[in-house]
Amino acid sequence: MTTTTPDTRKQTSDDASSSRVYKLGAVGGDWLDQRLSGGGFVKFIARKIFPDHWSFMFGEVALYSFVILLISGTFLTMFFDPSMEEVVYNGPYVPLQGEHVSRAFESTLQISFEVKGGLLFRQMHHWSALVFMVAIFVHMFRVFFTGAFRKPRELNWIVGFTLMVLGMVAGFSGYSLPDDVLSGNGLRVIDGLMKSIPIIGTYLSMLLFGGEFPGTDIIPRLFTVHILLVPAMILGLIAIHLVLLVLHKHTQYPGPGRTERNVVGFPVFPVYAAKAGGFFFLVFGVITLISATTAINGVWVYGPYDPSPVSAGSQPDWYMLWTDGGLRLIPGWEFTIFGYVISLNMLIPMGIYGALLGSLALYPFIESWVTGDDREHHLLDLPYNAPVRTGLGVSWISVYLILALAATNDIIAIGLHLSINDLTWAFRIGIFVVPVLVFFITKRICLSLQRQARQKALHGSETSRVVRTESGKMLEIHEPLDEFDRWVLVQHDDYRPLQAGKGVSSLRAKATSFFFKDRIEPVSPAELREAFEHYAHEKHEIDSATGGDYRTPAETAHHAG
Amino acid sequence: MKALAARRHHPMALLVILLLALVATGGLYVAFQPQTAQAESYTQDDVDAGEALFLANCATCHGRNAEGLQDADGSALGPSLIGVGAAAVDFQVGTGRMPMENSGAQAWRKPPQMNDEQTRQLAAYVASLGPGPAVPDEEYLDTSKGDATKGGEIFRINCAMCHNAAGAGGALTRGKFAPPVIGVDPKHVYEAMDTGPQNMPVFNENNLSPEDKRDVITYLDALEENGSPGGISLGSVGPVTEGLYAWTIILSLLLGCAVWLGAKAK
Repeated sequence: MTTTTPDTRKQTSDDASSSRVYKLGAVGGDWLDQRLSGGGFVKFIARKIFPDHWSFMFGEVALYSFVILLISGTFLTMFFDPSMEEVVYNGPYVPLQGEHVSRAFESTLQISFEVKGGLLFRQMHHWSALVFMVAIFVHMFRVFFTGAFRKPRELNWIVGFTLMVLGMVAGFSGYSLPDDVLSGNGLRVIDGLMKSIPIIGTYLSMLLFGGEFPGTDIIPRLFTVHILLVPAMILGLIAIHLVLLVLHKHTQYPGPGRTERNVVGFPVFPVYAAKAGGFFFLVFGVITLISATTAINGVWVYGPYDPSPVSAGSQPDWYMLWTDGGLRLIPGWEFTIFGYVISLNMLIPMGIYGALLGSLALYPFIESWVTGDDREHHLLDLPYNAPVRTGLGVSWISVYLILALAATNDIIAIGLHLSINDLTWAFRIGIFVVPVLVFFITKRICLSLQRQARQKALHGSETSRVVRTESGKMLEIHEPLDEFDRWVLVQHDDYRPLQAGKGVSSLRAKATSFFFKDRIEPVSPAELREAFEHYAHEKHEIDSATGGDYRTPAETAHHAG
Repeated sequence: MKALAARRHHPMALLVILLLALVATGGLYVAFQPQTAQAESYTQDDVDAGEALFLANCATCHGRNAEGLQDADGSALGPSLIGVGAAAVDFQVGTGRMPMENSGAQAWRKPPQMNDEQTRQLAAYVASLGPGPAVPDEEYLDTSKGDATKGGEIFRINCAMCHNAAGAGGALTRGKFAPPVIGVDPKHVYEAMDTGPQNMPVFNENNLSPEDKRDVITYLDALEENGSPGGISLGSVGPVTEGLYAWTIILSLLLGCAVWLGAKAK
C-alpha cells in the first residue's frame, strides 16, 4: 500500500490535474515517506508473519487491558484528589453525610456518585486491572508449558516476569488510593511486613509513610508511583517485550511444514491488523459489559480509613491473595534477640514468596543448565512431551493456589459451612503434600499421554472393529494416521540422563536423572517401518478373511467422496 | 494523748460510714442502672401458656424449670434461661433459631416454628423467671429518627469485623459464624445487640444506648436501601468473589473471543 515509486512523485509535482487517479493512501504514505523514510519499516512490519493459535492471544489481552487501564486511568486522574487532608463529607451518599473523611476518599465518592460516567470508569479501571493480571498469568502459563521460554527467549521471559511483578505493584498501589478501610488494611499489612525486617524495618516504614503509620504522606506518594513511575516502567518493558518478539519471531506449534527456521502463518497486514484491531474492541467490549453490570470495590461500604476497624472478608485483590495466604497459615512464631523482636511469622512467608517468584524467574536458566541444550527453539513443546517441566509448573501453581485459597479461608468457611481452624490446618498440611502429589500425578499423566501418542503413531487409531479369521485368530482393525498427523506425534526432542564424569558434575547428573530418568522411547524409523509391514500383513489377512471388500471408515469416506 | 483522743472516732462510726456507702452505692446503681427500653406487660395467662409451650418444646435441653441441662459428660445441652429476658426469646424463637434444628457449632436461622402469639407467650414465661432485657419499644426501631452516619461508624468499629462491612456475614472460629444482618427485622437486630445470642457479645445499654442501637439499625436500613449502585454485588464479600469472577466469567468470555478469532483462520 505504501510503496514508493519515483515516477509517481514526479507526476504529482509536475501536474496536479493529471487524468490519472491516485489512491489517497499512496499519496499520503508517499508524503510521509519522503519526510520520515519509514516505508521500509512499515513494509517490514506489514509483511511480518505470525502463526495463528488461540492460545497465543492472551499476551494481547494483557496489552489491551493495559490500554484500557491507561484510558480509564487518565479519566480518573481528572477527578481524583490524592490528598489525605481531612474534610467533612457532604455529598449525595446519605449514610456517610457528616462523616470526617480524607480528600482522597471524598473525591472517590464524587467520582462514583457525582461525576457522569464516573462509576463506570472506576469499575472499568478496576476490572481491567484484574483482567490484566489474569491475562498475564494465563499468558505465562502458555509460555511455560510449551517451553517458549527456551533459547533465544530467556531474556524476554525475564521481561515478562518483571511485567507481572510490576502489575502487582501497580494494582496494589491503585487499590490503596481511595483511602477506604480495606485499602488501609492492605497498607497496614505492608507496614507490618516492612517493620518485621530486622534492624532497618522501622526506618523503612517511617521512610515510606513519612513518620508513623498511616501519616498523611502515603497517598500522595502512592499516587505518583501509581500514575507515573509504574506505568512508565510497564510501558517501557512492554516496548522491549514487543521488540524482542519481533526480533525473535513468534514461536509455533509443531506441524507439517513448520521448522525451526520458518514461521508458518499470516502477515500482519491485512490479517493480523484486522484481527488484532478486532480483538482489541472485543476485549474493550467485554470489560465494558462487565463494568456496566457488575459492581467492584464499593468503597462507600467499606467506609473511610480508620486504623481501628478491620471488616470480616478483608482481602486484597486476587493477584495479591497469595501474599496474604502465607501470613494466615504461619503460626505466630517470634523470638527476641538483643532486645530486637525477630518476627518469623512475617520473615518466613516473605522468604517463601521470594523463593516462589525467584524459581519462576530463573526456571529457563535452570532448565537449560540441566539439558545443556544450546540450540534455538522456535517450535513449541507439547506439554506432555516435557513431563517434568509440566509437573513442576503444575506443582508451582498448586503452591500459589493453596496460598491464595488460604487467604480466603474465612470466605470458604462460611460459604461451605466448614470450620476455619480445620481449613487452616488442611492448607498447612496441603502446602507440603499437594505440590509433591500433583507433580507425580502430572508427570505420570504426561508419560501416559506419550505412550498413547507412541501407540497411535505406530498403529494408527483404533476403530473398535475386530475381525476373526476362519482359524479363530482375532485381528483388530486400525485406521492409519496420515503423514501430517503422524509427524506431530514423532517430531519431539528426546533427552536422556547423563552419567557423572567427563565434565559432567554429579549434581548435574542427578538433575538430568530427575528430569529424564522416566522417559518413553520415541518412535524410531525402524519401528515405524516394521509397524507398516505389520499393518500391510494384517490388512492382507483381513482382506482375505472379509473377501477383500472391507474398508476402514476413512477409506469408505475417501471412495465415496 | 489528749490530742489523739480528741480525734478518735466513735466505735460505731465505721459502721455508719459503711452503711452510708452501701446506701449511696445502691442508690447510684438504681439511679444509673441499665434501663430496659420497654417493658411489655404480660398477663398471667400468657405466662401459663408460655410455660406449657416451654415444657413441650424447650425443656428437653433447657430443663423443666429453665435451669439449663448438662449431658453425662458435663457439657451443656442447653443454657439456663433464668434472667435472659423476653428479648432473647423473641430473637431466638422469632428467627426460628430455637427450637434448634440440630446440634452443631451454632443454631441456624430457619422459618420460625412458633407463631407470633406463641413466641410472645414463651417470652412472657421466660421473662417471669427473672428480670432481663425486654422486647424493644417501637420508638427505638423507627429508622426515621436514627442517624445513619453515626450508626455506620458504630457498625464499622463494633460489628463489621464479624458481620462484614456490607453486613454480608463472616466466619468465626471452629465452624461458628456471624450471620448476614442485611434484610433482618430491625427488632431482631436490636434484640441481638441487647442479648448477644450464640457467639455474639452483649452490647448492653451501657455500651450502646437504645439511641445508638437505633442508629445502627438506621445504617443497615440505609445500606439495604442503597443496594449495589455498581451492578451485580457478587455477594458483597469483597475482592475474593471479584477475583473468582475475573477468572471464571470474564476469562471464559475472553477465551471464547480468542478461540473464535483463532478458528476463523482455518
